[in-house]
Amino acid sequence: MSSRARGGRWLGPALVAPAFAYIALLVGLPALLSLFLSVSDARVGSDEIRFVGLANFAEAVRTPSFRAALAHSFLFTLASQLLVIAGATLLALSLKEAFRGRGLVRFLVLLPWVAPISLGAIGWKWLLDSIYSVFNWALAAAHLVDPMNPPMWLGEPRLAMLSVVLVHTWRTLPFATVVLLAGLTSIPRDIPEAAAVDGGGFWRTHFTITLPMIRPILLVALLFGVVFTFTDMTAVYILTRGGPADATQVLPSLAFFTGILGGDLSGGAAISLFLLPLLLAGAIVLLRIARRTEVT
Amino acid sequence: MAIVATRALTKRFGAGENAVDGVDIETRDGEFLVLLGPSGSGKTTVLRMIAGLEDPTSGEILIGGRVVNDLTPRERRIAMVFQSYALYPHLTVYENIAFPLKAQGVPKSAHDGKVGWAAGKFGIVHLLARKPRELSGGERQRVALARALVREPQVFLLDEPLSNLDAKLRASAREELQKFQREIGTTAVYVTHDQVEAMALGDRVVIMDKGRVRQVGTPAEVYDDPADTFVATFLGSPPMNLLERDGVVLGFRPEHVRNGAGGSDDARFRFRCELTEYLGSEQLAFGTLEGWEGREVVWRFPSWEPAPPEGSVQEVRVEKTRLRFFDAASGRRRPAAPLP
Amino acid sequence: MRPRGGRGARWAPRPRTTRRLLRLVVVVFAVVLSFPFYWMLLTSLKRTSDLYDVQNNPLLFNEAPTLEHWRFLFAETLYPRWLANTALVGLAVVAITLVLAVPAAWALARRTGRWGERAGIGMFLMYLVPPTLLFIPMSRMVALLGLQDSLWALVVVYPTFTVPFATWLLLGFFKSIPKDLEEAAMVDGLSPLAAFAKVIVPVSYSGLVTVSIFAFTLVLQEFVYALTFISSASLQTVGVGVPIYLVRGDVYYWGELMAACLFACVPVAIVYNLFLDRLIQGFTVGAVK
Repeated sequence: MSSRARGGRWLGPALVAPAFAYIALLVGLPALLSLFLSVSDARVGSDEIRFVGLANFAEAVRTPSFRAALAHSFLFTLASQLLVIAGATLLALSLKEAFRGRGLVRFLVLLPWVAPISLGAIGWKWLLDSIYSVFNWALAAAHLVDPMNPPMWLGEPRLAMLSVVLVHTWRTLPFATVVLLAGLTSIPRDIPEAAAVDGGGFWRTHFTITLPMIRPILLVALLFGVVFTFTDMTAVYILTRGGPADATQVLPSLAFFTGILGGDLSGGAAISLFLLPLLLAGAIVLLRIARRTEVT
Repeated sequence: MAIVATRALTKRFGAGENAVDGVDIETRDGEFLVLLGPSGSGKTTVLRMIAGLEDPTSGEILIGGRVVNDLTPRERRIAMVFQSYALYPHLTVYENIAFPLKAQGVPKSAHDGKVGWAAGKFGIVHLLARKPRELSGGERQRVALARALVREPQVFLLDEPLSNLDAKLRASAREELQKFQREIGTTAVYVTHDQVEAMALGDRVVIMDKGRVRQVGTPAEVYDDPADTFVATFLGSPPMNLLERDGVVLGFRPEHVRNGAGGSDDARFRFRCELTEYLGSEQLAFGTLEGWEGREVVWRFPSWEPAPPEGSVQEVRVEKTRLRFFDAASGRRRPAAPLP
Repeated sequence: MRPRGGRGARWAPRPRTTRRLLRLVVVVFAVVLSFPFYWMLLTSLKRTSDLYDVQNNPLLFNEAPTLEHWRFLFAETLYPRWLANTALVGLAVVAITLVLAVPAAWALARRTGRWGERAGIGMFLMYLVPPTLLFIPMSRMVALLGLQDSLWALVVVYPTFTVPFATWLLLGFFKSIPKDLEEAAMVDGLSPLAAFAKVIVPVSYSGLVTVSIFAFTLVLQEFVYALTFISSASLQTVGVGVPIYLVRGDVYYWGELMAACLFACVPVAIVYNLFLDRLIQGFTVGAVK
């Protein structure tokens, strides 16, 4: 199409400009401000701002709360996403072999993902309530726990960590399943048929043929899950508020408590900037996948 | 004992008509059996049922004398070459060919030998380290064949493996395929819609239409003695000339029309030529026969003979032994009737 | 040519035991994943005395079910207010998103060649920037603009994640429309802009609806910004109001809470499912060149 027919060379950029300007402004400015805050000593209610270099970062690294939060962020993300990949793969493969009542099953399977995180989390808070949890009741009824001393799912440190991991897994599994299912559907029918004729059973066919073929999609699903989980503060905030005693604190929630509730803006900004390396790594992996799928 | 046999094989998809309707087939040992028919004739479905990729609605499938209806594809000891070749894109050629061996639990030490042997048969040993996307269409086809061969199956099933090649390649690939099958000696069932391919490759041809078998026979049998008008017109290009009168259909092939008045052994006609085509190796004349207007007749003759001028009328003859008669209502072959 | 057998793409038939096992796997997952919502339903219909009696079997209705929690929720809490707030913010944000994303996506799909692809990916990467990275500086900016404790703060900030998402999705949809359509319209005399408005928009109608719905669900799910910017209970959205304000002191109103969750989740899930196939289509088309 000729340049004139396309409305001249200005039309394209003109149409794109508003969206990009909006994003640049409302994402770029806060990003810069975040950097600025993290190297200053801004507090809420105080107008004095001084440049302090990397003091906030150094301070953060020294704090046990921060070290715990950093460790927990990685632990929770790794644990939950490993469970998600295993579970989603199994579920996607099972769903692929066509299924009657698929609509209802899909509806039920997707619920954890569609529900706002906060509402799902509050639902789990009730499910894991120390006195009224139905799980505790069931465990007591099966004589597996002492009814006088039930597990404190959200009150005992180790159990609380487990609970947070489980809630994250529960929430992101449906998304990964849908992505994997879409990938499996894109494989031409001939390939698994040829594998079946060649003698491949269920496990061999999927592990050596179909799953490797959708590796890029698998990575994308994993990546999204990692980013969503690592940068999420909602689940922790609602379930445990980071407790008991920082046992479930993660970087985003710590940033919130420090910066918003604690009024230490620069400290909070510094903490949240620790999320950046992971995000950058994620972006690079995504770009690499995108480039590779273009070539083939 | 037939290697592959089907008995009253039927397949219905949903509520519609039968895609495959009561098909009986029996292969002979070591033969190259071709299933030939137009789109939708059910030939591919029959092949897929033999492979175990579709379940029959009714009927039996036997391989090596055993009823295999309940067996999975891997248990049937067959090998299949798909139209798209279905090569595993992320594996090298070597790994592709070795996959069936791995799946059957053949020890790794034996892989090299078998893969080398299969690859050698098709001249692709130099490609073993490549990936499918680096290969040409012809090379991919050979990899698919090698992968099928390496399992030493009871029967080869081939689903139009030449249709993805361009025309020039197809003829040489066809020749190679034929030589290969003769050498290996394993029974093969081959599906195609291309009648030239079927005639060239098949020891016997099964002609199918709308899910039913119309005729089974050697290429010569189905060409010279078609069982019905469908077979008569499906084979041969241009197809057999058919003329109908009084419930009887008279047929003869375009190449059996001869110039001149002929004798007592010939049926005689007067041919009005409307159009001629020069094709290099031969010529075609299109026209009508006097007394049988309304039906186009094709006459095929060598290019060194003079073509009849357009608009002219001349005497032509067909040997009576070459005439075929069909019942107009059913289309089936019937004994000779006196010519009107 | 080859008839595709069976409903849904099925692979080669599997031995029956494998199939039964897989079916069992699906059922187990479906039950486990949806159990909390079943529990929400049960809780919302049980009498308080039934809920808080430890002796009772929680899986049964030990006393007759009641609609009291639902009534209380809608009549005597701020819940309807929160629903209204969320709906208003949602509509406003969707409108802004469409205004910004539709032209951008179309331009990226049609016109801008090499750097267009890069811009598209860049836009998508913006979606990965989490609220928890920016919420602290955002809170300062919101305060400076005088928008704190106001729904407008959300209306202004939410497009930062809905616009990248919508642009990427719309990019996929627009790419799947053949160029011939606009070219024919322009040959017929329409300017490129008019061709877009009169030909492309009607054709991509279902895509626009899909994007709107998913943008709305993104708004509904947001928690961090709403928690940070808004401090008045009556101005909150559903996502924050329910877990934070449905309490008296330290005591949660579990019956009402569960009813609130259910009501906010299930209708959205139904709509989401109806449009999911189109969403996947949009994403996969956008990824394939």
